[in-house]
Amino acid sequence: MLSIAEIANSLQQWLMATFSPGWATLIEFVLVGTLVLSFFAFLGLVLVFMERKVSAYMQLRVGPNRVGFRGTAQTLADTIKLVVKEGLTPDGADKFLFNFAPFLVLITSMLLMAPIAFAKDFQIWDINIGVLYISAVSSISVIGVLMAGWSSNNKYSLLGAMRSGAQIVSYELSAGLAIMSVVILVGSLSLNDIIASQQNGWWIFKGHIPVIISFVIYIIAVTAETNRAPFDLAEAESELTAGFHTEYSGMKFALFFLAEYVNIFIVCAIGATLFLGGWMPLHIGSWEGFNHIMDFIPSSVWFMGKTFFLIFVIMWFRWTFPRLRIDQLLNLEWKYLLPISLFNLLLVTFIALMGWHF
Amino acid sequence: MGAGSLIVLIICGIAFAGGGIFLSQVLAKTSTNPQKGEAYECGVPTRGRSWIQFNVGYYLFAILFLIFDVELVFLYPWAVVVKDAGWMAFAEIVVFLFILFLGFLYAHKKGALKWM
Repeated sequence: MLSIAEIANSLQQWLMATFSPGWATLIEFVLVGTLVLSFFAFLGLVLVFMERKVSAYMQLRVGPNRVGFRGTAQTLADTIKLVVKEGLTPDGADKFLFNFAPFLVLITSMLLMAPIAFAKDFQIWDINIGVLYISAVSSISVIGVLMAGWSSNNKYSLLGAMRSGAQIVSYELSAGLAIMSVVILVGSLSLNDIIASQQNGWWIFKGHIPVIISFVIYIIAVTAETNRAPFDLAEAESELTAGFHTEYSGMKFALFFLAEYVNIFIVCAIGATLFLGGWMPLHIGSWEGFNHIMDFIPSSVWFMGKTFFLIFVIMWFRWTFPRLRIDQLLNLEWKYLLPISLFNLLLVTFIALMGWHF
Repeated sequence: MGAGSLIVLIICGIAFAGGGIFLSQVLAKTSTNPQKGEAYECGVPTRGRSWIQFNVGYYLFAILFLIFDVELVFLYPWAVVVKDAGWMAFAEIVVFLFILFLGFLYAHKKGALKWM
């Protein structure tokens, strides 16, 4: 069966055979760059369309359905509209920081693409400390948010950025502790090792209740980290107009928007990798026939299916829970999630040491 | 691909953002108007500076975050080896987390977690 990894490998061998090593590496870099850029743009288009359709169905509406086949070209039309809008910089703004912030946010979400395993043996950078890399790089984006809010010279932006900063740094702790429970069970920080350890069952099934608690905490924490409803205080439309990107217009606004959606994809991909087995098919113990049938589904389909399922869950939250107040939000993290996840970490360690996981 | 992919990704990010902004500057119509440069607030011009003092609560939470984030950094190497290191490592981390939790209780008692 032809897999993505085989195509990539044969392409690399052909490049190495045809060109000198320097040129081959350069061409490889250009190819990877083009692939990442087009994937980025594609993700933006698909996720915005998905968000609109999902929210439409949750509210018994139809959603966008005029442009293209059943509205599929709607986001493309929106993008064209955003490109031809004038990008303003307010008079009082700190010009350099104001223009630098979208770059920082976008580069951060671009960098987070590196260690994600999209399919079997298909990864941009097989780094052996992938989990640490993810948690380190993802915390840079809060600087971009604070920079955007501070430099706008607007009180709404400043308040939105402060709220957003407090929220992102707070929930990073629970997300980190939830990720760590899987690291304890596997004993490795490499995403490939973590996926390989789920060959006979995903961690959410193998790890008993503590891992399920970690999974739930992880989902709550990343919903808050990506500023999604019900934790979208940073851009609470009814009180702060648009939060930290109030003053941004046109393409610069579109870049923040795009980075936000790509961040949702990335955190869901990490959640799928850690708890739901990444590209690993669903295997049940000794059911040979069932496992064999599951192996026929390509690994990339498994990965994308799990990731988009988690994205759907996060979009579902938006239409289920009302928005929290800032004190409730910080209470939830510091008085409930953090103590629970600290205690849960000890439980997971206990299970790992007793060897009770399968 | 090795660490070179980081350079590729950074260049991609700059190209994507820069390309988009450049494209919009070429294509978008521009017009000048003194009102356009004002802050988007309530319609009346902003009085005073916008870089104001903000609630000290954010600062307290940032400091608390710093404590727990450093703890998280200490936990990462421990998490990798705990399965091999055995019960001794478990006992040590229980003591470590207990001391940290006392600090957390102290902050809670002092009212640092209460939103003003």
